Amino acid sequence: MTEWLERHVPKMVLAPSFVAVLIFVYGFIIWTGWVSLTRSKLMPKYEIKGVIQYERLFASPRWDTAMDNLFIFGGLFIGISLILGLFLAILLDQKIRAEGVLRTIYLYPMALSMIVTGTAWKWIMNPGLGIEATVRNWGFESFTFNWITDPKMAIYAVVIAAVWQASGFVMALFLAGLRSVDEEIIKAAQVDGIPTWRIYSAIIIPSMAPIFLSAFIVLAHLAIKSFDLVIALTGGGPGYATDLPATYMYAMAFSRGDIGQAASSAMVMMGVVFTIVVPYLYSELRAKHD
Amino acid sequence: MKKSVFAAAVVASLVASNAVKAEPQAEVLHWWTSGGEAKSVAVLQKEFADNGGTWTDMPVAGGGGDAAMTALRARVLSGNAPTAVQLKGPAIAEWYEEGVLADISDVAEAQGWADVLPASIAGHMKCEGTWCAAPVNVHRIDWIWANADILKANDIAMPNTWAEFNTAADTLMAAGIIPLAHGGQAWQDATVFEAVALGLGGADFFQKAFVDLDMDTLKSDQMVEVFDQMRKLRGYVDGNFSGRDWNLATAMVMNGEAAFQIMGDWAKGEFLAAGKVPGEDFLCVSTPGDGFLYSVDSFAMFNVDGDDKQSGQKLLAELIVGKSFQKVFNLNKGSIPARTDVALDEFDSCAHTSAADMASSNKEGSLLPSYAHGMALRGAQAGAITDVVTAHFNSDMSSAEAVQMLADAIANSM
Repeated sequence: MTEWLERHVPKMVLAPSFVAVLIFVYGFIIWTGWVSLTRSKLMPKYEIKGVIQYERLFASPRWDTAMDNLFIFGGLFIGISLILGLFLAILLDQKIRAEGVLRTIYLYPMALSMIVTGTAWKWIMNPGLGIEATVRNWGFESFTFNWITDPKMAIYAVVIAAVWQASGFVMALFLAGLRSVDEEIIKAAQVDGIPTWRIYSAIIIPSMAPIFLSAFIVLAHLAIKSFDLVIALTGGGPGYATDLPATYMYAMAFSRGDIGQAASSAMVMMGVVFTIVVPYLYSELRAKHD
Repeated sequence: MKKSVFAAAVVASLVASNAVKAEPQAEVLHWWTSGGEAKSVAVLQKEFADNGGTWTDMPVAGGGGDAAMTALRARVLSGNAPTAVQLKGPAIAEWYEEGVLADISDVAEAQGWADVLPASIAGHMKCEGTWCAAPVNVHRIDWIWANADILKANDIAMPNTWAEFNTAADTLMAAGIIPLAHGGQAWQDATVFEAVALGLGGADFFQKAFVDLDMDTLKSDQMVEVFDQMRKLRGYVDGNFSGRDWNLATAMVMNGEAAFQIMGDWAKGEFLAAGKVPGEDFLCVSTPGDGFLYSVDSFAMFNVDGDDKQSGQKLLAELIVGKSFQKVFNLNKGSIPARTDVALDEFDSCAHTSAADMASSNKEGSLLPSYAHGMALRGAQAGAITDVVTAHFNSDMSSAEAVQMLADAIANSM
């Protein structure tokens, strides 16, 4: 009896969440896929009409902007956060005083919700009230920093706020990685008279490859599902210059009563996530087989 | 003898319980949750209770009604629709096509709605000939608000044409005043755009372009001119307008930072709340050109089971269109009554202008639904137009490009 329990209790305990995931994640992915092939408007309909929603999606200039923004935003956000996080981590790794305090200060933005970050930066970057107005008051009359109201630059303003939020978190990841490198190797290198920057570039950073990968995965999914930051910071504006796929989908599903269109954009977003996650899973699984 | 008394008691109690059961019930889904709006709903709630009804309030705030619509979708899908839902314009027809709206023609006919509502507004309340919704108010969209002192100081009269507006704006620019207070949000861009389209193109043009979605009209030279004027207006707003809320733009006019604002009549509430007097501190006239763009809030009646709910629905419909509610509600909300036979003594001069213009434009056939406020088109098409308008206004796109994009976007949204 106890043996039977031992074998089956874990399965029984896991079963409800397994079923829940099966229905609420995979079930609804299939449902969304189905709806994306119909002409659903206000309410979902189930009569399949082909790929018309995808044709509409790719013909829409707003969707083009959203996808362009995703790549600009995602690329810069991930790149700058990684570089800045690594740089901060190396600086903090110099056995400085009050490291605990500094680390907490850098990590704290992550404790804020994106809505708070967005609202705060909206005022900081507002040309009439924030940085531009302040510097002009100091006497630099020609100083201009109006990215947030400039349709061509607004997406970079979103990047600034997002990097501010996430780079401290990346720093913490990297700091843990730096600490996990074997002290003996570093000491041996120092004995050999190798300059510090060479120790970092040739020994420490290469040995942190797994940390890079996990930081990348975390940042990538933050970038793709980014929604609240844009809503709070720019509301997708000026015009729809800072629209991202997630805000596009929201507008179609909830404001415009165009559920078919929303479903097709959700499927495309999922495709983007898969192209990033699947190679990662593949490499992980292959590593285990070796 | 005893037996018959008992039977009588049973019958009496049955009748009594039936009477209790048939007490009018209404569950009302709406998103009037902010100050003045909540006060306006409370008026209806009280009238309903005074007539023996039980009101179940279901306010869903957020997203300008998006959240409420999501709640409604869930309720309808689960087969448990509310009695009445705040819905407007073509959304009523969209829900009717889903087969979930009730027929309240008996109330409408008994109350003679057809005689007291302007024909084009009554049209929105009907679903294939039967009445399915009750109108609450009429907001006018094509208002231009002005700071009276600024106009006087610069010797400017309220503009009657867009050319006059441009001249006035140039004068103001030279005097160092922001001519147009505007908030760079898509719906505000669209509000200005439709006022310009009506002013430059006239009622027929507006009807063909934004109600019938006639491709030739959408691609016409007239439409190019409308976008040209939008480009001009872009030059008259300050550099800090992106994302600004409409009430902050109204405050700019109030404080004398800016001269004009183009906005629906809810802007009046901001002026009045600040103690400004219409005609003295601020001026309200229709935007240059003829016509009247309306946005009518209404309650659509959903199919419900049970006598109590159905009688509640009928009572509610009757009260909504009733004279006393139409007056009190609209005094609170800043709009004008949808029915034309309400005495307007207690209303201010802007509301009088609005009511007079509604009557005259109704006769001339220029009483038109606002596209920017969801009266003329369904969500997908209205949204497609707004996308183009806001993209054009916030970039250096040419008017010809914008017109082409407009035609493509409409075709793609079908």
